[in-house]
Amino acid sequence: MATATASIFLRDLFALVMLFGIFSLLTASFFLNLDAPDVAMTEAAIGAGISPILMLGTLALIRNRSAPRVKKTIRATMAPILAVTITGAALIYASFDMPYLADPQAPAHNHVAPRYIQQSLQEIGIPNAVTSVLASYRGYDTLGEVFVIFTAGIGVLALLGFMHNTSGRRYSQFADTASLDHHTILHVISKIAIPLILLFAFYVQFHGEYSPGGGFQAGVIFAVAFILYAMIYGLETVYKVVSMRLIRMTMVAGVLLYAGTGVASLFLGGNYLDYGTLAHEPVHGQHLGIILIELGVALCVASVMLSTFLCFAGRAAVRPDEMEEGDKPT
Amino acid sequence: MFLAVSVAIIVVLVLALVRAFLGPTLFDRILAVNMFGTKIVLLVAVLGVVSDQPSFVDIALVYALINFIAIIAVLRFFEYDRRTRERKGS
Amino acid sequence: MELLIDVASWVCLLTGGFLGITGAIGLFRFPDVYTRLHAASVTDTSCMGLIILGLMLQAGFGMMFLKLLLVILILAYTSPTVAHILIKTARREGPEPILDNKGKNHRHRD
Repeated sequence: MATATASIFLRDLFALVMLFGIFSLLTASFFLNLDAPDVAMTEAAIGAGISPILMLGTLALIRNRSAPRVKKTIRATMAPILAVTITGAALIYASFDMPYLADPQAPAHNHVAPRYIQQSLQEIGIPNAVTSVLASYRGYDTLGEVFVIFTAGIGVLALLGFMHNTSGRRYSQFADTASLDHHTILHVISKIAIPLILLFAFYVQFHGEYSPGGGFQAGVIFAVAFILYAMIYGLETVYKVVSMRLIRMTMVAGVLLYAGTGVASLFLGGNYLDYGTLAHEPVHGQHLGIILIELGVALCVASVMLSTFLCFAGRAAVRPDEMEEGDKPT
Repeated sequence: MFLAVSVAIIVVLVLALVRAFLGPTLFDRILAVNMFGTKIVLLVAVLGVVSDQPSFVDIALVYALINFIAIIAVLRFFEYDRRTRERKGS
Repeated sequence: MELLIDVASWVCLLTGGFLGITGAIGLFRFPDVYTRLHAASVTDTSCMGLIILGLMLQAGFGMMFLKLLLVILILAYTSPTVAHILIKTARREGPEPILDNKGKNHRHRD
């Protein structure tokens, strides 16, 4: 709460980014306290990793480093206070009706959840019940999430991505201004660290069935490794490793893999996203289906994160008002 | 006792947080955030050992890596800012 | 033997906690970002090492031990790097270090 309060009063945007990172970390600890390690991992990775990086990318694009001052008319100050007070009061009033934290009578614990928890091991056969609920029992919802992420990726590409061709050759003149070439220690450390981070991403991906992990977290860690590479060696180098076309294709491939698994089960005689039809035995089919869709999720998440970062960074490398005569936005 | 260690880490967290609020320069704040991150990794590891779940240590591992990379991102922002100012100034 | 491991791990944990608190107090007592960084990063890394060593001794051999070992390796690897990079950037961009007029870094004249 202290971080949130401070976030309102500080005007320096950069400090706000730092405080946001701390806020996300604290939230991740709360999740851990409530015994939800999957969510905690995702919150830590995204809220304290990707979000500050992208916010810093935004800060690099805008000029002012402090939030603008609003003219203090009565209307300007009272209207937000009124809106927040009414909404806050309504929420607090609604929370009186909420059941206690571990109340066995609570609706969340009574209708489908016991069935999921009890039947998960027989029907799906993987130890991590969170993954089985996420990927199999609630597969539709997860498909929707993947589509949301994909749409966000397309949105960013549409808004920020048009200033380069697909192999990123545009940045050759500016790329070296944005790399950390002269920090030798950082170069050496990263050369050793990046493969290990990638390996860890694979571990989290494939271990999602046995311990907290899974596609979302693995995708984020994977993207973060490439972002580190881009930050230290420069944009031009990262485009040699993975071109924008490959990132876009991976984005699409991830979504297609997930949705395609559903269609395959349709063709094999079951319902959409009914993994039991994918193999000769329902439990094996569930395993196969979960592996495939987690892979799809990871591919989509990783490529969206990476392409978002590259769009921001690429924009920062070529600002419109600093272009010379021969350049024009394509 | 694990409780004593947890209390110690939380005290350090609160102090780092105060420094993050106060710190007159930006670098104080970055320093405080880095310290905060390392201490959270420790806290999560302690929680993991107390509740005997190795998966918590996975989360600590993820966060240790993420912390490293986020601070590098902050550094790159400064580099970019400085080069922009140099380019504009010259 | 059990008792020995227990005692060793408590010693490590408590020393680590003490070092951490010392570092945090150092954040407040030192006048300058450079000296603060020195306090913070040195005590941070050693506090981390001791606490996780204590946890490893408590956990016994197994998956937990290996994962904690990985945490130590990664933090020992990245934490000094971050301190180095931070101070390099601060030296270039940020405040000047506080020196007295003899060029030494004292705060009080004693």
